[in-house]
Amino acid sequence: MTMEKKVNIMVVDDEEIVRTSLTSWLEEDGYRVEAVESGRKALERLPERNWDLMLVDLKMPGMDGIQLMGEVHKTAPEMLVIIMTAYATVDTAVSAMKKGAYDYFVKPFNPDDISLTIRKIVDHHKLVQENLFLRKELKKQWKLRDMISKNEKMLEIFDLARTVAKSSSTVLIQGESGTGKELLARAIHDESPRMDAPFISVSCASLTESLLESELFGHEKGAFTGATALNRGKLELAQDGTLFLDEIGDISLKLQMDLLRVLEQREFRRVGGSELIPINSRIVAATNRDLAAAIEEERFRADLYYRLNVISIHIPPLRERREDIPLLVDHFIEKFNIEMGKEIRGISEGAVRILMSVDWPGNARELRNVIERAVVVTKGNIVTESDISLPSAASDANHRTKSLEEIEKAHIRVVLKENQWNIVRSAHALGIDRVTLYNKIKKFGLKKEGGAPKE
Amino acid sequence: MGDCLMATVETMPSLPVPPESFEARRNQYYSTRILKEMLGEVPRDAHKLLGVTDKDLCIPILTYVFGEAQVGGTAAVVSLARLRQEHYGLTPDRPLLLERLRKESLHELGHTFGLVHCPSRDCVMYLSNTVVDVDTRGRDFCWGCRTVVASKTGTERRG
Repeated sequence: MTMEKKVNIMVVDDEEIVRTSLTSWLEEDGYRVEAVESGRKALERLPERNWDLMLVDLKMPGMDGIQLMGEVHKTAPEMLVIIMTAYATVDTAVSAMKKGAYDYFVKPFNPDDISLTIRKIVDHHKLVQENLFLRKELKKQWKLRDMISKNEKMLEIFDLARTVAKSSSTVLIQGESGTGKELLARAIHDESPRMDAPFISVSCASLTESLLESELFGHEKGAFTGATALNRGKLELAQDGTLFLDEIGDISLKLQMDLLRVLEQREFRRVGGSELIPINSRIVAATNRDLAAAIEEERFRADLYYRLNVISIHIPPLRERREDIPLLVDHFIEKFNIEMGKEIRGISEGAVRILMSVDWPGNARELRNVIERAVVVTKGNIVTESDISLPSAASDANHRTKSLEEIEKAHIRVVLKENQWNIVRSAHALGIDRVTLYNKIKKFGLKKEGGAPKE
Repeated sequence: MGDCLMATVETMPSLPVPPESFEARRNQYYSTRILKEMLGEVPRDAHKLLGVTDKDLCIPILTYVFGEAQVGGTAAVVSLARLRQEHYGLTPDRPLLLERLRKESLHELGHTFGLVHCPSRDCVMYLSNTVVDVDTRGRDFCWGCRTVVASKTGTERRG
């Protein structure tokens, strides 16, 4: 006995004898069958059930089979329709197939043919449906464009991003550096109706105030020394698309004022220009700074903050979603396999354990770099512990608050210990000469536990 | 066959094939009409009635059928015509014919117990449109189908 969901088949034929005999025969095969005598009745019944297949007679008074199929396909374009006819002509068969019939049967059917065909259709149809469903599920669960996560908070963010993408609201993304703020901004753009328009990214921290101003707003020819030609700014380039303002927390108070005006009035002027240019781009801003604290210290305008913070998304750091590390590792290995033409099959359990134990101050970006290096250096087709080289800051989370000198001291201590305080070998490993190493040991006051350094 | 159905089987005197079931144009007999006729002949103490005929059977929409049954009903009919080796130009084989008849009869009676075609090749309810299918499928109900038959025979006996 089969326990699967019953397949729904609609038979449309004006001859009663065909309806009854086909119905009882198909019912023996376990299908749920409904037979109607006309195209009109068929269209009435259409919304009542999730039909998997329609068997439609070609010649019927009123609406014929081809017309009915046309009507059905208007509301259910995926519906599988088999045309049945008593008259076998190649022309009608070809025409039915061209108009979208799945197959064409001549009455009376050979029982073996029809039974196999229907089974094949139904199996194929099921696979397609299942495939669509699984793809949707997979996408829904873990992925948002280039972002991947199994973490509950992240999944909520993915959902929110998908919803937000449909609107034009300004979005403020906060999160430590390397958490994927730009990836998320891109994903919002790619999921939005603006996807075909440009996504323009501006890193606000890397430019001086005047350069950033001209970068954002553009400038007219002769607006300042060196402005030899008209230059369109990023605001203009992002027209109809998305403007991503990274590190918004780093812009000057003057630019904050200008930006606020643009957001409020939805128009701007090029530097040195008088023409008002309307903007129709969505603004997504991001920062790794604590904007609330910056407002407190009067380094960031509260009104701009509220203007930007219409939709607020905070991406948690990687150390708060360690369950994503194996997933991200696989994702990066796959990515670098393609980029580097490698065929690495995976990563050893030991290596994953090491990666899971790290706090990742540089978040997913730092993990990506570690995997990139591992993929380059690994000799086999599995990444192992020896291929993993952690940046010293990542290997000890406390280093995040330490100075360069402190990190140097800790690193020298680790190398000395690894080499049992053998100065020649340690100096070699550190890439410095013996004298320098001695000086550093003295300077940092390093001591071997229970003994003097070995020459 | 009685063992498989957990029932007593008795043979009735033969009945004529109803003439109105003959389809002259196709030189075949319309099995649904035979079933209808049989329903008037079911003995009082019988739960199911199986007809066996030598005539080639069909239904209007199919070129032939090995048999037909009322799903969840009382009557079933099977034809010997296409079960014979001679039909395919081969030497007659009586034991094989009886084995095929037994399987087809169980299959059609299975339908009268409400069973539909079973996806298991080892089950007698597996769909068969050719004698090769009939020969390769199992001789008895699979566990799942047998459970259904058992539950029905139980109920019907009590009733």
